[in-house]
Amino acid sequence: MLDLTATELLQRQANGDSSAESITQTFLAQFRQHDSRIRAFLHVDEADAIEQAKAIDAKRKGGESLGKLAGIPVAVKDVLCTKGRRTTCGSKILQNFVPPYDAHVITKLKEADAILIGKTNCDEFAMGSSTENSAYQTTRNPWDLERTPGGSSGGSAASVAASQAPLALGTDTGGSIRQPASLCGIVGMKPSYGRVSRFGLIAYGSSLDQVGPFAQDVRDAALLLEVIAGHDPRDSTCVNTPVPPYTAMLDEPIKPLTIGVAKQFFGKGLDSEVEQAVRSALKVYEGQGAKIKDISLPHSPYAVAVYYLVATAEASSNLARYDGVHFGHRTEKFAGLIDMVKKSRGEGFGAEVKRRIMLGTYALSSGYIDAYYLKALKVRRLIRQDFDQAFAQCDVVMGPTSPTAAFKIGEKADDPLAMYLSDIYTISANLAGICGISIPCGFTKSGLPIGLQILGGPFAEEKLLRVARLHERETDWHKRRPAL
Amino acid sequence: MSLSPDEVRKVAELARLEISDAEVDTIARQLNAIVDYINQLQQVSTDGVEPLAHALDLHDVFREDLPGESLTEDEALANAPARKGNFYSVPAVFGD
Repeated sequence: MLDLTATELLQRQANGDSSAESITQTFLAQFRQHDSRIRAFLHVDEADAIEQAKAIDAKRKGGESLGKLAGIPVAVKDVLCTKGRRTTCGSKILQNFVPPYDAHVITKLKEADAILIGKTNCDEFAMGSSTENSAYQTTRNPWDLERTPGGSSGGSAASVAASQAPLALGTDTGGSIRQPASLCGIVGMKPSYGRVSRFGLIAYGSSLDQVGPFAQDVRDAALLLEVIAGHDPRDSTCVNTPVPPYTAMLDEPIKPLTIGVAKQFFGKGLDSEVEQAVRSALKVYEGQGAKIKDISLPHSPYAVAVYYLVATAEASSNLARYDGVHFGHRTEKFAGLIDMVKKSRGEGFGAEVKRRIMLGTYALSSGYIDAYYLKALKVRRLIRQDFDQAFAQCDVVMGPTSPTAAFKIGEKADDPLAMYLSDIYTISANLAGICGISIPCGFTKSGLPIGLQILGGPFAEEKLLRVARLHERETDWHKRRPAL
Repeated sequence: MSLSPDEVRKVAELARLEISDAEVDTIARQLNAIVDYINQLQQVSTDGVEPLAHALDLHDVFREDLPGESLTEDEALANAPARKGNFYSVPAVFGD
């Protein structure tokens, strides 16, 4: 049962071959057996998950109509608020935080009758690319326990790769869904900015953050996106345009299909095995009649620099709320209000979060805001214009998701800049607000997964998923599972 | 362009972040490496380019001004590190 997709698990329940309870028990057993080594989850309440499953089975028995994810366990990154359930953001500062409300996407999962199986580990406040910045534990890559699962949504990616959950939610501010999906050999998607409500997503970079799905295949990712996408008046940046039924047309290829390939995504620093796998994937598309077109995204080499000004500036404002007053850690000994705030934050935040708050504060400070923050926003517009021009000539843009396969735990821990550069291909999509997906497209000789990144224009999720599905139908990379 | 240890202390003060003397040098070194990298943006010509704060063409989003359900006082205060009655409790703001 662990190898089945969510779509297949739904079918089994409809046929009467499995119950929500038996499915949930199966994934919980996998969690018990393997998570002491993988450490994907921060909080799992087994009894509660079983209760949820029993309630779904009772609904089914009573002939009630059921939601699109009825009886399907979903793991959730611990930056999404769950009412009455601890939500820590992987940070000591929120160690005891129990949200008084659900994030919009959690409400959507509940309405769809999904089983909330647990909260997953992540880099503190989603700041990182390896999940090593969690204040609680380091998640391991199920394909090689010496290596990172990527980040920041590394716990969610590892949980799906290790079959501890058929589906998971992550968040992607600069690649935090696509990069771990790539490193863990699964599908991960960042929707367009404004497609999914950020209500109840604990903010990092508000103009960049999006919630998105992890899954074993493209169909399941489309299904989960269908459930979470859509207007929510509680997030003013969540647009009020209809959500297409992403699963309905999934098997219909886009014809004709023009794929843009930007030389900037194949430059220095790209591992040759990764490049080879991505070129093979392009051949698969050509074999299906797609046309490959050389394009240029001339400003994309500046994306990392722009990101580390825009995201940190936003973070420095967003994280000002952790002041030891309203919620979160308060220091024990202090002299006056300011000292209380400084000590509480100094004790509660980890090194990377401090670094980013400092960088953002610096970029916004008097004398530097024009040279840094505003300059970055101008280059951001040029990055967006590059994509607008690209999508006028092609349907999607393809390239590697990450320059290398999974790297070793500790390898980049002391070199923040080297860590930042592992997101070099994913970051520009967040700055431009477009959608992107990573799908498995091969393995290195040493058996590590490689991901193909496909980028689509703003709100072109339906097209993006259909293009991704075409590769999946012709290959079986997504069916490989790690030997745990 | 490089940040001195004193500038690092000043930025930490602005960010209301206590950092130890031992951390100052490490943070200065790491921030300087990042700032050096970021300085490549100065090579890009942005004359006449408007800043892009976010990707959506949305401005002034309004909703109907209708009363809805709110958190109770106890729910709103449940995560407070300290409370007095129905208020958040903080040390005296004025004085010293």
